[in-house]
Amino acid sequence: MTNGGGLLPIIALLPFLGALIPGIMIRAGRNASAAFTAVPTIIALAMLGVLAPQVMAGEVLTAQIAWLPQLGLSASFFLDGLGLLFAVMILGVGLLITLYARFYLSGDDPMGQFYTYLLLFQGAMLGIVISDNILLLLIFWELTSLSSFLLIGYWKHLPEGRQGARMALAVTGSGGLAMIAGMLILGNIAGSYNLTDILQQGEAIRASDWYLPALILILLGAFTKSAQFPFHFWLPHAMAAPTPVSAYLHSATMVKAGVFLMARMWPVLAGTDAWFYIVSITGLVTMVLGALIALFKDDLKALLAFSTVSHLGLLTMLLGFGTQAAAVAAVFHIINHLTFKAALFMTAGIVDHETHTRDIRRLGGLAKFMPITALIGTVAALSMAGIPFFNGFLSKEMMLEEASHTLWFRNDWIVPVLATLGALLSVAYSLRFIFHVFAGPARDDYPAKPHDPPFGMYAAPAFLCVLVLAIGIFPALAEPVVTMAASAVTGAELHPHLKLWHGVTPALFMSIIAVAGGAILLGLHRPLDRAWQAAPRPEAKAIFDATMAGAVAASRALTEGLHNGAISRYLAIFVAATVALTWIAFSGGTLSPPTRPLLPVAPVVMVGWVLLVAAAALVVFNHRNRFRALVLIGIIGLMISGGFVYLSAPDLALTQISVETVTIMLLLLALHFLPKTTPVESSAGLRLRDGAIAIAAGVGVAALTMAFLMRDFDSISDYHLANSYEGGGGTNVVNVILVDFRGYDTFGEIIVLGIAGLTIFALMEALLSGPAARRLRNTDYSQDRSRDRHPLMMVVATRAMLPIATMVGVYIFLRGHNQPGGGFVAGLVISIALLMQYMASGFGWTQTRQRVEYHSMIGWGVLVAGLTGAAAWLGGAPFLTSIYGYIKLPWIEKFGLGSAFLFDLGVFLTVLGAVMLMLYSLSRIARYAGETVNIEPMDYDPSLKSELKKPGEE
Amino acid sequence: MELLVASSVGVLTAGGVYLILRLRAFAVILGLALLSYAVNVFLFSTGRLMVNAPPILQKYGDASYTDPLPQALVLTAIVISFGMTAVLVMIALGAFLEADHDRIDMDDDTATGPAGEEPGA
Repeated sequence: MTNGGGLLPIIALLPFLGALIPGIMIRAGRNASAAFTAVPTIIALAMLGVLAPQVMAGEVLTAQIAWLPQLGLSASFFLDGLGLLFAVMILGVGLLITLYARFYLSGDDPMGQFYTYLLLFQGAMLGIVISDNILLLLIFWELTSLSSFLLIGYWKHLPEGRQGARMALAVTGSGGLAMIAGMLILGNIAGSYNLTDILQQGEAIRASDWYLPALILILLGAFTKSAQFPFHFWLPHAMAAPTPVSAYLHSATMVKAGVFLMARMWPVLAGTDAWFYIVSITGLVTMVLGALIALFKDDLKALLAFSTVSHLGLLTMLLGFGTQAAAVAAVFHIINHLTFKAALFMTAGIVDHETHTRDIRRLGGLAKFMPITALIGTVAALSMAGIPFFNGFLSKEMMLEEASHTLWFRNDWIVPVLATLGALLSVAYSLRFIFHVFAGPARDDYPAKPHDPPFGMYAAPAFLCVLVLAIGIFPALAEPVVTMAASAVTGAELHPHLKLWHGVTPALFMSIIAVAGGAILLGLHRPLDRAWQAAPRPEAKAIFDATMAGAVAASRALTEGLHNGAISRYLAIFVAATVALTWIAFSGGTLSPPTRPLLPVAPVVMVGWVLLVAAAALVVFNHRNRFRALVLIGIIGLMISGGFVYLSAPDLALTQISVETVTIMLLLLALHFLPKTTPVESSAGLRLRDGAIAIAAGVGVAALTMAFLMRDFDSISDYHLANSYEGGGGTNVVNVILVDFRGYDTFGEIIVLGIAGLTIFALMEALLSGPAARRLRNTDYSQDRSRDRHPLMMVVATRAMLPIATMVGVYIFLRGHNQPGGGFVAGLVISIALLMQYMASGFGWTQTRQRVEYHSMIGWGVLVAGLTGAAAWLGGAPFLTSIYGYIKLPWIEKFGLGSAFLFDLGVFLTVLGAVMLMLYSLSRIARYAGETVNIEPMDYDPSLKSELKKPGEE
Repeated sequence: MELLVASSVGVLTAGGVYLILRLRAFAVILGLALLSYAVNVFLFSTGRLMVNAPPILQKYGDASYTDPLPQALVLTAIVISFGMTAVLVMIALGAFLEADHDRIDMDDDTATGPAGEEPGA
């Protein structure tokens, strides 16, 4: 679904695809790497060039690729005037930075990595400005935080770089989280996550009750990204990055993302008092504060960083004013700030590169040594100061003009005065950049001998300075672009006229005051600086570090308090919390009166209940004697089976009793190696606490059970009862549900069981190849072993039992569809019959007679069940649809046979294989523990007379 | 009858919870076994209790049947909980053989001496 925007997804994708290449091309040299970085950028720019005429004509191009429509998430892009302006700035400056970085970075720096990060970041930024879907926009937004982290921390060996990157990520990332919440609210109000829809619904959104929370959350995201007070502190610390990164992130991209977002949301969010005061006050405070700090910074890049903070404040303030003229001024200043600030950062980088210092106190008089750099720096700095004939002047005049008639709380002088103060400070630090770096007497103590860099390095800033002058002298050049972007911001048809001379206006006087005051301030810089350095100021990094340390300490205390490695503690907390939550939920509602009468209690049931409760209590009190506890567990299992019989659940009774048997066997086998008793370890208080938790949980569950047992309910089972015979061909509804109605569940469950069996086998294998194997070999278990390990009576009895038990198993399996039984029970019964052979005749004897591998039995089981289900596809029916018919064989009664039978066979095989594999694995450990492998079935064979004579000799 | 079933579930749950809060693997296994019983009976009883009405369709007459669906769910649950117990037993056994004790909490200072030889059963 596109509207002339078919190229947009490609444009968005290009930088990410391109990011794969520089890292590889670096092997071909640094020039190749840089060239290949430029390729996707140039292609993307060319594509934008193709689309530009339509956008300039006022069209909005869209492209949409459905992604997760259920979540309202689509990869949809759109391009309007604002998006085009930013896209061109991002790609254009990206290109200049690519060139500049090629010369700036030294041979020791991994340049391929740098270009990869740069393209990733460029792609993320580009994604923000052309995303139509706000969820997609949020993804790109977070990507800028991540990729800028990589760029800022590029010099991994510098602690400042790492700390600065972390700080930037923490601040902008947390702002991004707030913005996600805000955007989701916004999407909920508008009923769509597409920007093009949201932008149409400004009125509804502003009228909504959720407007203020959404506004605050979104602004948090924008303010953190654009380094607005009080989140401004991360930006100067991000200056630890290589200068090309600073020039890119802090002039055209990263920090402008916040401004872009405010401009993008302007038609929706602006125009209310809340927007006006929050945004304009934040902007103005940031502008003045940033400028003030910048004046007293001695590091060139820190000066520029705080000046960037100040100019971002200016932009924010203009957007906050909420008038169309202010929006025009903001758009124009975005362009101007980009040109001079990128040039200034690059100039600072050149000075640093050539003199090996950025400390203004050690510089001065550089104009003699590096005239070209000085010229570039001067032009850009004059523009930053807002001197006529440089482009900064034009937008600054417009800003002052807007400020001059803005009222805060009906006060008509505070905004103009503060705006003028900001401009004045801006002039002062701009002039300081010129006079304290380039002008003045030449010095002879530069750390390195300064000279102009090669053309490649100053080409980019020089190009930007040409733009500065061109726009500054012929403002009409920028008019079409400003018109296009400002119209897109405001959503109205605007026709601004950019002029050099506006006549004698208040703004002119404010400008004159600013320039004059700035010059005076520069003159007074030395004493002022001394006073500033002496004054106590809050140190942002210290505050941030302390906050972070506090947060880390608090999380650590919480984590270690809850998660101290004691699982009994987690479980106690978990159970107690569950009981508490349930109680809260329960006490919040009402209980309907009981509708079911109680069933009478037969005496035999009473006996069973007494046995069960007594056994459960005895398990708890006797659990330290492990064998006794196992016997008691067996009693509980038996009683529960009996209960199932009584309460009309014969299938469950059969399953329970056979599972009970194998469980006890398993635990007995394990207990052979484990300690036979549990020592007293927990204190009486702890046991009392656990007892209280346990009783609370027990009472809660009992009450819950009682509550629903006394009330009627609607069940979907009527359907199963009605269709079991006609649809499933069986009269045992439980079995039909298992193999037919809910066959998919059963299929999953046998797979789980098979996996459990294989897991145990794998655990055993790992165990036997580790230190445990040595320990097993060296432990003597013989003292607790009977001398008659394979008693004659048991061998004979199990031998006779095997065919009978197998027959019972087969019978249970076959009748399962119509009578209690089925694959699960049959599998368990047959595994018990086989286990008896292992127990009676020994592992080795049985193992040699085992023909089928248990692993493959599990595999066959799952396969048979799966194929049976898949066979339904052949008939065009969905997976696991069953078919059945009746077969009449001679001498046997007519019986029904259906695909469910085959499915149940799969269940049977899996259960048998899994259970056997589990117990087989455990008994293999026994072999390791020095148990002899008997070939003969009986230790004592009466048919061999020689052994009869001396039975005690084995 | 309902009271007996509900109280059985409660007693089994209480016993199971108390045992899983112990410090040794074997007690935890016993506790989980009790909890499995409790959960299975609990699930089974969500179909409400009926006597002499197994969900086996009768050819004649207008027989009433108990709810078969919870039974089907519990049937697989019983088998799966056996599988779970088996895996747990294997892990406990492995831990005991490797670490020489079957404590479940990961306190560094508890790794002292073979567990089986401690007095005070």
